[in-house]
Amino acid sequence: MERPFIITIKMLSKFTLILLLSSLLTGFSLAEEINNDAEMSFSELVASLTTKKFDQKAIIIKKIRQTEHQRSLTILSKLLDGKVYYKKDDKLVVIADIENKKATITNASTGEPLGEIAKKKLKKVGINNKLRRTLNLSIAQLSLADTDATVRKSAAVEMFKNMDDETSIILKQRLTVEKNKHVISALQTAISINQLNSPIHEEKIESIKALSDSLYPEVRVALKDLEKKLSSKTQTPKSQELLHAIDASLKKIESSVGIYKQIENIFFGISLGSVLLLIAVGLAITFGVMGVINMAHGEMLMLGAYTTYIIQLLLPNHIEYSILISIPTAFVFTGLVGIGIERGVIRFLYGRPLETLLATFGISLILQQAVRTLISPQNRAVSTPDWMSGSLEINPALSLTYNRLYIIIFALIVLAGLMLLLNKSKFGLQVRAVTQNRSMAKAMGIRTDWVDAFTFGLGSGIAGIAGVALSQLTNVGPNLGQAYIIDSFMVVVFGGVGNLWGTLFGAMTLGIANKYLEPFTGAVLAKIVVLVIIILFIQKRPRGMFALKGRSADN
Amino acid sequence: MEKSLIQRLLLSDTGSKVLTVVVVFFAFVVPALNLLTPVDSVLHISTYTVTLLGKYLCYALLALSVDLVWGYLGILSLGHGAFFALGGYAMGMYLMRQIGDRGVYGNPLLPDFMVFLNWDSLPWYWFGFDHFSMALLMMLVAPGLLAFVFGWLAFRSRVTGVYLSIMTQAMTYALMLTFFQNDFGFGGNNGLTDFKEILGFNLQDNTTRCALFFASAMALLAGYALCKYIAQSRLGSLVMAIRDSESRVRFMGYRDEHIKLFIFVVSALLAGVAGALYVPQVGIINPSEFAPLRSIELVIWVAIGGRGTLYGAVLGAFVVNYAKSFFTAWAPEAWLFILGSMFVFVTVFMPKGLVGLYNQISTRNTKNKSIKQSQANIEKS
Repeated sequence: MERPFIITIKMLSKFTLILLLSSLLTGFSLAEEINNDAEMSFSELVASLTTKKFDQKAIIIKKIRQTEHQRSLTILSKLLDGKVYYKKDDKLVVIADIENKKATITNASTGEPLGEIAKKKLKKVGINNKLRRTLNLSIAQLSLADTDATVRKSAAVEMFKNMDDETSIILKQRLTVEKNKHVISALQTAISINQLNSPIHEEKIESIKALSDSLYPEVRVALKDLEKKLSSKTQTPKSQELLHAIDASLKKIESSVGIYKQIENIFFGISLGSVLLLIAVGLAITFGVMGVINMAHGEMLMLGAYTTYIIQLLLPNHIEYSILISIPTAFVFTGLVGIGIERGVIRFLYGRPLETLLATFGISLILQQAVRTLISPQNRAVSTPDWMSGSLEINPALSLTYNRLYIIIFALIVLAGLMLLLNKSKFGLQVRAVTQNRSMAKAMGIRTDWVDAFTFGLGSGIAGIAGVALSQLTNVGPNLGQAYIIDSFMVVVFGGVGNLWGTLFGAMTLGIANKYLEPFTGAVLAKIVVLVIIILFIQKRPRGMFALKGRSADN
Repeated sequence: MEKSLIQRLLLSDTGSKVLTVVVVFFAFVVPALNLLTPVDSVLHISTYTVTLLGKYLCYALLALSVDLVWGYLGILSLGHGAFFALGGYAMGMYLMRQIGDRGVYGNPLLPDFMVFLNWDSLPWYWFGFDHFSMALLMMLVAPGLLAFVFGWLAFRSRVTGVYLSIMTQAMTYALMLTFFQNDFGFGGNNGLTDFKEILGFNLQDNTTRCALFFASAMALLAGYALCKYIAQSRLGSLVMAIRDSESRVRFMGYRDEHIKLFIFVVSALLAGVAGALYVPQVGIINPSEFAPLRSIELVIWVAIGGRGTLYGAVLGAFVVNYAKSFFTAWAPEAWLFILGSMFVFVTVFMPKGLVGLYNQISTRNTKNKSIKQSQANIEKS
């Protein structure tokens, strides 16, 4: 510092020299004042943010953090976002949201709203990179004391990247009071990461071993960094031991990450399988009872999804409940459409399954075009209620999204309900009788035409609620049904129409097979491979996995 | 008196007679009116119309192939578009090679889309397509082989009825997804297009167009004769017997799966030829030809014309496609409504199609006549 100072003296005139010295002195005195007066109030600290000296700001930030005032976190995070200003006239520190040269300001220390002001009248409280680091750390420390466990945990995770001995001590203190086990594990991981740089060999080894249970990606980065550092230096027995330990830890981490990756794949597969199950179950029932493949089934799905969309349009303020209303509405609506199709067209085509296939295909074209004409050819987004968005984090390597989780549960509930209906109710008994032997059932006095109509309605209704579920996963459009229909045909062909377990088995197998093949082959090729496998599979079992047995089955 | 083969095949019944006469008449008159009359003459037929009619002729051949398996054998194939498209791709590959260095990138060795994908040499399955004979061979081999493998697998394990229909649909769907892949080597999304010439003749020339039209008409007649030959033979009786009661045929000791496989492959070959003739006339082939919707549409042509009659399929192909050209120009929104309603109406009310409707009306007339006559006879006596 001294040499440049001397040069400056030589170069500057007397007047500027005096000015410089005086300003330096005032700067020092201010810093001293802050240091000495530990009892400075929160609002005074905030007010002193107007200083231009970055090292002073750092001290102020630390002090603001130490007050543990309820607004500390807000001010520090706003400061990090560059939203803290002070007014040029009265030097009042404010938080400002700037929009078109106007700023909406609130008092930084009290949070009292102060209305609008021209942007020109404000000056920003600037920060540099070093300050950003201090801010991040302070914010993290404040968050560690938060009442919400998830905030505490993410604060701990935030610290992985910039650990030092000082923070390590703070974390150790937190560890003594922390109760939540997720937060504790995150804190321990952070401390272990810091310990990797410890000068004591045994501590290093110990921390490497401790980290082998941690699945955070930052841990892998830290271990790999250390490995690189060690292998670039000359090898000593100690460093060799370290390298071995790191290698073992990394291997252990990789293998458990691999396992979780597989679990995630299976989860995705099951969720795809659940969607397929919801779609195919209606198809399988109608096919089982009437020997008819309903080509308009995909459009029932689409109508169900559009029901969700329309209900959301009608109830824009109740998105949370709209989906709960949509489920019964879609069921009834598509069910009625289904009964209408059965009474209006299919009933004239009994005994001619191939013609029924064509007629229902015609209906699917009409329904698609109707939606295009009446609503829009464009895709529409259906909003997801809050309780269905987000994800359930099981550990750092595995998190399950709520919408998929709910769809799995929903599909299983629907399946269970259907099984109850088919196995325990009178209607179910009749359906099963007609499935097994239509003419015999008719001879026993079952009104097969009613069974047909209601079965078709039931199948369509289930497709409708499948559409509601699907609207939470993708956009709603006129071609929605087309995208899934061939896959669900495959489920029926694969699983057979003998009973619902076949459909469940077919749907889950197809879903998981698709998602398992995807990483190796890509999504499209996975689909092709699955189709080819099914074409080959039906060689062995032409009527699917769970086929009806008996004489009547071959007709 | 022994009838000649041509008489037996093409002039055996009223429908065949009308079809043969009309097709032969148009095969000569349309090119003549296009080439010999001046452009401003009333009788002149524009090249656009010639191409459009040529396209319909290819569709008619395709409809024949569907009628052969559906009307005679009783298999509802929802994947015949795949055979058509494979034949089309075989021809398209030859036409691509004929472009030579006149592509956008001017690469003498590679088609444009391969240059675009930074490929440095032709994939092995493109070799030989510089020669027309290779296209002729592959337009039969590719669909025939697919039909053989698929049919062999399906018929051997007795996959029938709706199951079989769904599997054929899955087959064409899988092929569509495959051909949409860019790195599959068939132009991906855009398919094959921008053709210049065939056998050294410019594809834009009137004469070339007329020649293609004539070839399509002749192919249609030949295909018709072939289908008729099969239908009239002993094999044909077996085929219809399988349609009506497959298990009885089996119990009588016939290998029904071999018969089905043979008919299925023949039908695929016809579809392949139709595709190969179609591509040079429309100037493009892309994966959308594999779309399941396309294949189901073919079935409705046959259904509307009247299945199991062959000439009904040809009639249906012309009627539906003319309606499609008309409505998609006049009211594009309405076309899918009309097509959908046709599916429903024909299956419910007209199971025998237009041909069946005509037969019904004419028999009613003759019945009425005979009733009147008998009444007159009674009065006389």
